[in-house]
Amino acid sequence: MSIEKMEAAELLSRNKFNIDEEEAHIIIDPAVCARCQDKPCLYVCPAVLYKLDKNGDISFDYAGCLECGTCRVMCKNKGIVKWVYPRGTFGVSFRYG
Amino acid sequence: MNLSSEDKFDAIIIGAGPAGSACAYTLAKEGRSVLMIERGDTPGSKNVTGGRLYTYALELLEPGLFSEAALERKVTHEQIMMLSGDRSVSIDYHNPAYNAAGQPPMSYTVLRAVFDEWLAGKAEEMGAMLVCSIKVDDLIEQDGKIVGVIAGEDEMYAEVVIAADGVNSIMAQKAGLISDIKKETVGVGVKEIIELPSKTIEERFHLPAGEGAARMLLGCTAGIHGGGFLYTNQDSISLGAVFMPEGAAEKKKSVHEMFQELKMHPAIYPLITGGQTVEYSAHLVGEAGFRGIPQKLYREGFLMVGDAAGFVINTGYSIRGIDLAIVSGIAAARAVISAADSTAVGPAYMKELENLQLLPTMKAVDGYFDVLETKWLYDKVPNLANDVFDSLFTVTGAVPQKLSKTVTGALKANDLSVWQLIKLGIKGVRSL
Repeated sequence: MSIEKMEAAELLSRNKFNIDEEEAHIIIDPAVCARCQDKPCLYVCPAVLYKLDKNGDISFDYAGCLECGTCRVMCKNKGIVKWVYPRGTFGVSFRYG
Repeated sequence: MNLSSEDKFDAIIIGAGPAGSACAYTLAKEGRSVLMIERGDTPGSKNVTGGRLYTYALELLEPGLFSEAALERKVTHEQIMMLSGDRSVSIDYHNPAYNAAGQPPMSYTVLRAVFDEWLAGKAEEMGAMLVCSIKVDDLIEQDGKIVGVIAGEDEMYAEVVIAADGVNSIMAQKAGLISDIKKETVGVGVKEIIELPSKTIEERFHLPAGEGAARMLLGCTAGIHGGGFLYTNQDSISLGAVFMPEGAAEKKKSVHEMFQELKMHPAIYPLITGGQTVEYSAHLVGEAGFRGIPQKLYREGFLMVGDAAGFVINTGYSIRGIDLAIVSGIAAARAVISAADSTAVGPAYMKELENLQLLPTMKAVDGYFDVLETKWLYDKVPNLANDVFDSLFTVTGAVPQKLSKTVTGALKANDLSVWQLIKLGIKGVRSL
């Protein structure tokens, strides 16, 4: 294995996650996001979990979240309707940090 | 343990990072009953650093403790690298006095999952109680005083609740002491841990065994307020970058992509080649320094420590957080121990933060924020440095330019004026 540019998904696969299948810790309201012009979440999420689908709408998957909170700080139109840390035992577990 | 126990603790500490554990250690050592609640499965498993730890803070907690601490390499080389396109200018500062025999080395590189677990273990050894995998959801308030916490179905009570829950301090928000984080006050840090044999690291960075380098990188953020960092651990390299998220959003540049480009820079790639990325992490980091500290760090029954209290210093060439977290944890513990009643704890905490030099230190470097706000610092300055060195070292057989002309030419090429540099100099001298 050598050093190369890696897609976010590939980078995230190196991490240890325990995904909470029952409860999303971040929820967005697509209707609000559709009205958001700038969509800062597309650029500031280190895990690149906010993406544009083929209709130009925001799609978001909370699995793979690094729990940094940048989207929470940057979401200016409150399209993020829920942002909490994952429940105990869930989410990312850094082995190095 | 039974979390719905009716027993009241002397202190409940939310978060078992360096601030929480230092606080728990100090309180437990004095015989106080302490419950530390950590949402990660192990202390440190939700935490990220650049990073390094300045040793004086551990010495303050317990002299000699550093010698058994879970640390990586003692930092013997302080480096600054300015990147411009494919080019780079590097500075390496080495002062053996930082690591003279018979005294604690000044700083160590560190990995938080390892270090935080060790420090929390030390607090447990002192008698503090640690529960992991539990997320505190809310605070319990009675007659205007914080008296406990709620986690799921459980309620736990204490004389004082200490929020050591990090930069996104949900608890400080619940306590009504801070509002939403302002986007211009935080940077987003991204980092890869790249595993390499220790021998390879020592060869590439010219280090004796056990010694390490700390490197700040300027000019790797596409002109966005921010910078990169590289720390040598025992068997890995921490390579990362911090960006003001607003800058990334304005320029429509993904922080992930910008960081991936840094890995491939001709001055960085040879240092990490052959290595294997074993982790990708991200975290917010406070950038506002002294002026980012919330107006009030306490209310009756409640204190904020560490990142939750905004205790981070970024001067551009060094970044401090873990040491301040430990010092603030100690300050909080001392306040709890010394205060006659619950209304005296908060004011006593502020006094301890002064006594232990934390607030004076942050105040002293407050002016860096103004200098670091200078937009052209992040692209034009590293470009200019590289242009000047380029002129110095380029030999083609042609008649060389006069140095003064080289410098003015480089300034002009970067759309900078001598006047702008003088103004920054004046600003720097005034505020630093």
